[in-house]
Amino acid sequence: MGIDSLIGGTIWDEYSDKVTDLMNNPKNMGEITQEQADEMGAKLIVADFGAESCGDAVRLYWAVAPETDVILASKFKSFGCGTAIASSDTMAELCLGKTVDDAVKITNIDVEMAMRDNPDTPAVPPQKMHCSVMAYDVIKKAAAQYKGVDMESFEEEVIVCECARITLSTLQEVIRLNDLTTVEQITDYTKAGAFCKSCIKPGGHEEKDVYLVDLLEEYEKEKMAAGATLGNEGGAGADFAQMTIVQRIKAVDKVVDEHIRQMLIMDGGDMEILDIKENGANFDIYIRYLGACSGCASSSTGTLFAIENILKEKLDENIRVLPI
Amino acid sequence: MKVYLDNNATTIVDPQVFAEMEPYFVQKYGNPNSLHVFASDTHPGIKSGMEKIYAGIHSPREDSVIITSCATESNNWVLKSIYFEYILTGKKNHIIISEVEHPSIIATARFLESMGCKVTYLPINHEGLIDAQSVEDSITDKTALVSVMWANNETGAIFPVQEIGDICEKHNVLFHTDAVQAIGKTPVDVQSFNVDYLTFSAHKFHGPKGVGALYMKKGKELMPLLHGGSQMGGYRSGTLNVAGIVGMGKAMEQAIDALDFEMSEIRKMRDGFEDELLKIEDTFVVTPRNKRTPNTILISFRGIEGESMLWDLNRSGIGASTGSACASEDLEANSVMEAIGAAEDLAHTAIRFSLSRYTTQDELDYTLKVVQAAVLRLRGISSSYAYAPEGHESGLDSHHH
Repeated sequence: MGIDSLIGGTIWDEYSDKVTDLMNNPKNMGEITQEQADEMGAKLIVADFGAESCGDAVRLYWAVAPETDVILASKFKSFGCGTAIASSDTMAELCLGKTVDDAVKITNIDVEMAMRDNPDTPAVPPQKMHCSVMAYDVIKKAAAQYKGVDMESFEEEVIVCECARITLSTLQEVIRLNDLTTVEQITDYTKAGAFCKSCIKPGGHEEKDVYLVDLLEEYEKEKMAAGATLGNEGGAGADFAQMTIVQRIKAVDKVVDEHIRQMLIMDGGDMEILDIKENGANFDIYIRYLGACSGCASSSTGTLFAIENILKEKLDENIRVLPI
Repeated sequence: MKVYLDNNATTIVDPQVFAEMEPYFVQKYGNPNSLHVFASDTHPGIKSGMEKIYAGIHSPREDSVIITSCATESNNWVLKSIYFEYILTGKKNHIIISEVEHPSIIATARFLESMGCKVTYLPINHEGLIDAQSVEDSITDKTALVSVMWANNETGAIFPVQEIGDICEKHNVLFHTDAVQAIGKTPVDVQSFNVDYLTFSAHKFHGPKGVGALYMKKGKELMPLLHGGSQMGGYRSGTLNVAGIVGMGKAMEQAIDALDFEMSEIRKMRDGFEDELLKIEDTFVVTPRNKRTPNTILISFRGIEGESMLWDLNRSGIGASTGSACASEDLEANSVMEAIGAAEDLAHTAIRFSLSRYTTQDELDYTLKVVQAAVLRLRGISSSYAYAPEGHESGLDSHHH
């Protein structure tokens, strides 16, 4: 919330001048006929993506030189709003002169960046980002058609937020490492969900296999399971090596709280856990000393050994503690 | 030229309405509830405004017309009050609304659903109309309320509120109608049929924004909406919007005076404009003209997404509307178009032109020319009319989402 979202405004006002110009006069709008492609000695590719029933659709025409795979001509036709038309136009332009393999590397973010008037101001408002995604999808469709492969083969990872191109694995990792519990937090950390919002929960513009709320729920369950394990076995008996990262952090926290922190506080200091990383057979626990501990001579010798030994004893033999 | 054809969204305030309101800002600014001359100065205006509002809907004096801040408030009040009185207490468990109600009804109903209330969403048919029989079929002995709008904001379709009122009376179910789009476009007389609650809003008939109303029949009063200083009979506390009441009263009076003009002259202009629009190839209108408000056209231009049509209209100074909302976060097709069961490829192509008594023939002639040019340009860009080589299997027909 906040005043900006309360005032509102016309989304059209947030379009860059380039988007407005392209909507008014699209440059690469048009068709390539079979005859034209034949004259160029090129292979004609006609790829469709989207559907009118969904509110946006695009047809991309490529004339590709068969020997070099270079896109000699690139045109589009589009059913959609202004940003859909401008994105399609920009996409068609970006394809020109590239090989098919290079064209596939064009993302929706490239399309959006190319429509900016200056590098720091988005070309379209967040809810219009999905229009550029369609422009990106149709390239993959065209390339797949040219190469005679499946469109999905160009995507190496599962993308949850297509607007910001955030992958499933990134999201899972960020949620765990930062103990995120709300969609707003995910958006703040990753930008996922900041744009067309389809990936947040079912019912948006696009139907998804996995939504941000699913990931939060999954993590919540994971935490509960971890809590149950720790609760039952008092933290010490649980197999540290088998834990998820979150469970490990919790287990370390618990040991620090119960056996270490008191000792440091008595000397006017404290510590925090920064990260836990698997390093070969070892578990490296990165910590930061706080208060009197930082700078204390013993913090890299006696105190450190004491902390490490307690964690080894309580959790796992292979733990190493590394102060930063 | 600037042309305003979005009168179902809001209307220009009639200059005479504005003139009547003006003294209530700087000269007669007293709080009507106070005991001094500053307060008394406001009383004649309130009285006259309220009388005109009552007269406009033929409300008996013993019934209540509570002034609210907008129709959304009135609609929320009805549903939530019914929830508190009947659903939460376990006396009833069910309400009935249509699937094309205004969001202030739909969203409130969904909220009540989340609180355990059962909701039936009545379908509309291929002409965008509601069959009153479907209300009767949906009523159970646990139904607390039926809420069906008088006229639909998108299509202008007029729903059979008289018949629905009869059905509700027969089954002893409360009946509410959102008459926001009806005032000034079709006769509204709360004594001519059975209705318990009726919502309307001043800015839809050339009155000011920020003034709505809820009619409540005597004996069917809802529980208070805003607790406080007992204004509006205790049903809706809060210092009276004196200028708003004066403005709504004047606007109501004018709307009633202009009703015949609206139903004959505006209707004629609308029909003529629609005839011309339909001469453009591949255009579609669903609701028959005699079954909708006289000022409204919802028309589909095949192959042209609604927002891009608005873009071209706006470039030429014309304000219209699309329900296809590519712009909104939900990005859903026009809900009315979907409910009608219109061909899927038309769901995002609907444009609404809504006229008012301020609309001129010149404006419509100009708009027609702009629409014709926009259709040519946008169909030129559209994939729907695009070339495909022989043997190309179109990938644009299926649902990809």
